Amino acid sequence: MREITATLITQAVAKLCIDANINAGGDIVAALEQAAALEREETPRYILDALLENAKIAKEDGLPICQDTGMAVVFIELGQDVHITGGALTDAVNEGVRQGYKDGFLRNSVVRDPVRRDNTEDNTPAVIHAFIVPGEYLKLAVAPKGFGSENMSALKMLKPSDGLEGLHSFVLETVKKAGGNPCPPVIVGVGAGGTFELAAILAKKALLRNAGTKNPDPFWDDAEQRLLAAVNTLNIGPGGFGGQTTALAVHINPAATHIAGFPVAVNIGCHVTRHKEITL
Amino acid sequence: MKSLQTPLTPSNITSLREGERVLLSGVIYTARDAAHKRFMELLGADQPLPFPLEGSVIFYAGPCPAPPGRVIGSVGPTTSGRMDAYSPRLMRAGFHGMIGKGPRSPEVSETIRQTGCIYFSAIGGAAALTARCVEKAELIAFEDLGTEAVYALTVKDLPLIVTNV
Repeated sequence: MREITATLITQAVAKLCIDANINAGGDIVAALEQAAALEREETPRYILDALLENAKIAKEDGLPICQDTGMAVVFIELGQDVHITGGALTDAVNEGVRQGYKDGFLRNSVVRDPVRRDNTEDNTPAVIHAFIVPGEYLKLAVAPKGFGSENMSALKMLKPSDGLEGLHSFVLETVKKAGGNPCPPVIVGVGAGGTFELAAILAKKALLRNAGTKNPDPFWDDAEQRLLAAVNTLNIGPGGFGGQTTALAVHINPAATHIAGFPVAVNIGCHVTRHKEITL
Repeated sequence: MKSLQTPLTPSNITSLREGERVLLSGVIYTARDAAHKRFMELLGADQPLPFPLEGSVIFYAGPCPAPPGRVIGSVGPTTSGRMDAYSPRLMRAGFHGMIGKGPRSPEVSETIRQTGCIYFSAIGGAAALTARCVEKAELIAFEDLGTEAVYALTVKDLPLIVTNV
């Protein structure tokens, strides 16, 4: 049995919130650079160059890459042989969000109720997905999620007979409908299978995979490559002004599902798709 | 690249074409969902808006808080489509420009044509770069709305793309 203090968790979450918002992920920068080298037209190249310049300025000036510093989504892997001392896990995470958003001068973008809409003034609560795993470690992944892209996401209960083709069409349709709204070039996170809610969580989790990494399953790797190629023929392009780069990556997370069903969730991530993690 | 100065006049935007890049300087006003809702209430009650609409430019943006020693935190455009419900009425109340990201509804585009107003796109997500274009930020209305309050921003060479004219 290992003990981890709530304070340690709070400090780690606060640091991850700031780091994720200010320092662009190396995977995203590399993917943007690759895209900029491919674009021929003036406007998409100009947008991609501006995004790369923006990432540089954010780091230099210590400012968030994007003003929508998001709702803090926190994935936790909690080893079953870990005992958290000095407070509750949820409180520790929320305190980390509170401190990180305050100390990092990040925007408070969370309202307490979807209809009454009063701002909580500290960007809490976080959206927490915790999983109990074997072991003596605690892994925290913080993914601040902006809503320009979140609003363009969708879920559909396909029929088993729809197959891969059905998934392909639904993803394409969702990205097409999103157009320039989600700040393309996007990362497309897809959850395939499971139940209604699991598909959505898997789609979100797919956004935490580094852009440019391969799906370990060759079948799904092939599906991802073909979907990415199809998405990039939509001519939405960087910023929605046309061009070859509508998406930087498509990530699919498959899961076991029911004999009668095929849930598919598509979570759109913008061109900053932020995620930073630490293992305690 | 053309440079534009606020306040806008119908004559200095007539030569602009869709897809053209421009650099905007002068004072612009931030307003997003919650501020727009209040603008509608003010117009409905025949009350003045917090700034003169004629020739003004509204920036659909909610900035990050300013760290010490800076005039503003990161700032960039939010999705314009959410303001589509409010924009036609504002456009009919006075000539002005709008800055945001993403497409407008057919009704908004049609009203832009009828009224001579203009819609620019800023670069979505390039918020640290945009912050460097802001020389001054002054809270002018709806302080209780936090990041959704109305700020008068003095900008220099803000990069924009003419989207509907």
